[in-house]
Amino acid sequence: MKLLALLPLVVSLCACGIQPWVKPYERQNLSDPIMRFERDPIAGGYTNHVYQAREGARGAEGSGGGGCGCN
Amino acid sequence: MVVTRATLLLVCGSALAVGASLSRATILPEERSDAMYHSYDGGGVEVDGPSVLVRKNFKETVSVSANYYVDNVSSASIDVITSGASAYGEKRTEYSLGTDYLYGKSIISASYTNSDESDYTSDTFSFNVSQDFFGDLTNVSFGYSLGQDEVSQNGNSEFSEDIDKNNFRFDVSQIISKDLIIGFNYELISDEGYLNNPYRSYRFLSDPLDPDAGYQFAQEVYPNTRTSDAASIRLKYFLPWRATAGGSYRYFTDDWGVDAHTAQLTYTHVLYDNWFFDLKYRYYVQTQADFYEDLFLSPSQDEKDYRARDKELSDFNNQTLSAYVSYQRPLSYPLLDRAALTLQWDHIWFDYDNFADLTDASSPVGEETLYEFEADVIKLVFTLWY
Repeated sequence: MKLLALLPLVVSLCACGIQPWVKPYERQNLSDPIMRFERDPIAGGYTNHVYQAREGARGAEGSGGGGCGCN
Repeated sequence: MVVTRATLLLVCGSALAVGASLSRATILPEERSDAMYHSYDGGGVEVDGPSVLVRKNFKETVSVSANYYVDNVSSASIDVITSGASAYGEKRTEYSLGTDYLYGKSIISASYTNSDESDYTSDTFSFNVSQDFFGDLTNVSFGYSLGQDEVSQNGNSEFSEDIDKNNFRFDVSQIISKDLIIGFNYELISDEGYLNNPYRSYRFLSDPLDPDAGYQFAQEVYPNTRTSDAASIRLKYFLPWRATAGGSYRYFTDDWGVDAHTAQLTYTHVLYDNWFFDLKYRYYVQTQADFYEDLFLSPSQDEKDYRARDKELSDFNNQTLSAYVSYQRPLSYPLLDRAALTLQWDHIWFDYDNFADLTDASSPVGEETLYEFEADVIKLVFTLWY
């Protein structure tokens, strides 16, 4: 957990010197809704519900995902 | 009542707040409302009901969402039948409220979920922070949820127990190229309290030296704590035509001895800009808990002599084949942007390696046929964007 707590600081420091290698004008495909890991949040949440009630495993389903920082 | 249900709330509730923050970095989740009818039918259990999710944004910095969800359960499962109980029905109602606040390249989210049924109530509070880095190519998110549950038992007004649940999440979403994105998720869940199901029983031999003497049932005995770790990696690739291929893998382990692997492949195809088709295949396999047995030699000796015969803690695997279709079109009405109608169908095969079908009365004790069943999951969703 200590390592996790330090991660935001490390990432922030690294972020200063790195240039984005995918330019904003190259993100058309990434911004397509079909690139999201879950397009329908209400249906996806229900599907996770079905599995969790019937399986021993739980967590790290990923509550969102996909897409990019553009729109 | 299903003990794992409260854990669902943690995930579902946090998804309200966290959801789109991962998916689209430093913009608020899109304004949309969804109305869904859901249905599950398998293993003698039927569950259906509505769910409505409404989201509204204000001044491009605040987003508020609300969800109403109902499970109408009718159960004559293998556990109910073989315990001698009669089929039962119950209703679970869940309300969630969530809010997201956009500040620079960060989104701060909070949500509250309440679930209520005749023998189980749950309150869940979730908090999440996500931040974009590297020109918005990387999104890092931290989340915490606190769940406070109360377990009761129908027909026994004296019975009341508590569970405290703590979830810690860490998620990274990373753009690799103009066609490829990967996601990494880690979640630690720690539960403390009454973790077994007051209706569930294990079975043990009446005479450990003579299986022909038959078996008896007794109430399960579980540990009071459970801690689990789950880590997953997901990727999605945009194909040369308007379609995507995706894959994911999750590893799960806990201090009850359950190890699980989940793998999934997906393919999404778009036709005429309006029709969206998804095909998915999912495989899941787990080992059983250290204190699980299909048939114990003797009853529990004390509260530390754990006993479980919950098939969700047994050795088993399942496979899912899914087909989804969605039709989406723009709207020319004021204040409305577009609408979609989505139908999703999942068919699941459950195959148990150490859970006997006790309706097989013709076999000797301990040699009964292993249990298996199939289930259908239907979701019909109407969505409005505005």
